[in-house]
Amino acid sequence: MFKAKFKEAVICLGAGRVTLPYPFEPVQVPAKFRGKIKFDARKCIGCGGCANVCPPRCIVIEDMGEVSRIMFHLDRCIQCARCFEVCPEDAIWPTDAFETATPDKADLKSEMTLWMATCQRCGRCFEYDNVIDKFASKRWRGRGPGDENKHGSFPTKPPLDFVMPTSLVKESEESL
Amino acid sequence: MISDLCKKMFPKSLWLYHTNCGSCNGCDIEVIDVLTPYYDVERFGMKLVGSPRHADALVVAGPVSRQVAPALRRLYEATPNPKVVIAVGACSVGGNIWFDTYNVLGGVDTVIPVSMYIPGCPPRPEAIVYGAALALGLVPKKVAAQKEEHLPEGFDLEAYLKGWEETPIVYPGRI
Repeated sequence: MFKAKFKEAVICLGAGRVTLPYPFEPVQVPAKFRGKIKFDARKCIGCGGCANVCPPRCIVIEDMGEVSRIMFHLDRCIQCARCFEVCPEDAIWPTDAFETATPDKADLKSEMTLWMATCQRCGRCFEYDNVIDKFASKRWRGRGPGDENKHGSFPTKPPLDFVMPTSLVKESEESL
Repeated sequence: MISDLCKKMFPKSLWLYHTNCGSCNGCDIEVIDVLTPYYDVERFGMKLVGSPRHADALVVAGPVSRQVAPALRRLYEATPNPKVVIAVGACSVGGNIWFDTYNVLGGVDTVIPVSMYIPGCPPRPEAIVYGAALALGLVPKKVAAQKEEHLPEGFDLEAYLKGWEETPIVYPGRI
């Protein structure tokens, strides 16, 4: 037993210092690391491909006639970089930034406002051809009106109440 | 502001209580990774404790499901004041892919006030260390919202949006 302990002590002494001096010195991320996404409004054409593929629906597009607003709710971004893969113009890409901790949630809500070109033939901007899609989306692409915007929340979430189930426990005890 | 408050309130060390509120265990593994000798967060005086009554800070991971919400509320009330809540992971910050599902509340801040958000799915151990150091005021904040516009020159966006809100939405087309 003592032999094993001695061996362990030797190993521990030989290991040296392994702790990274991280918060005081910068760290290098591995290649192809997917961090916080960045975008370029000069390159974006507003096609909405990123909003279509985004799994947590963190990219939402609001079409308002000639102006489209693309909102990035980076608080729920899972950094899958599928927007980067699908973008035809390389207008959105993941960066090396992983130090995204913040005390304020507003730091994670990015936004891009674009001027959309109109169709030369009909004089309008992009519209859905299918009337069901048109009414279902109501000028929103990627997702319908959500809880983050002024149009109210989806009725899918029941209201939350913090009633503890103690009354139920009591009732069951009484019945027993 | 938070860091100033932390410096005043927790001059020596921060004891953490780690909670899983429906997380997939990814963030939990990263939180445990932070405590290994490699990213030794105990050099800042932080350590995991087994009871919320001993804790100064709650480390919450996972989108808060409806079943766990009252328990989380009770946990928050059991923690003595002053206290800090650190939300780790995209689930606890914004709800991740479950942000609009019926059985998930989508974020810790729907139940209890949160003082530090660490997004990521899961966040790197360095990101958690950075968040802890930011809470203690050792490092500056680096992230900021990116707001960009690409509009023609002299375009009055506010007037246009006001006009757009006032116009009724009509869907012309083939019906």
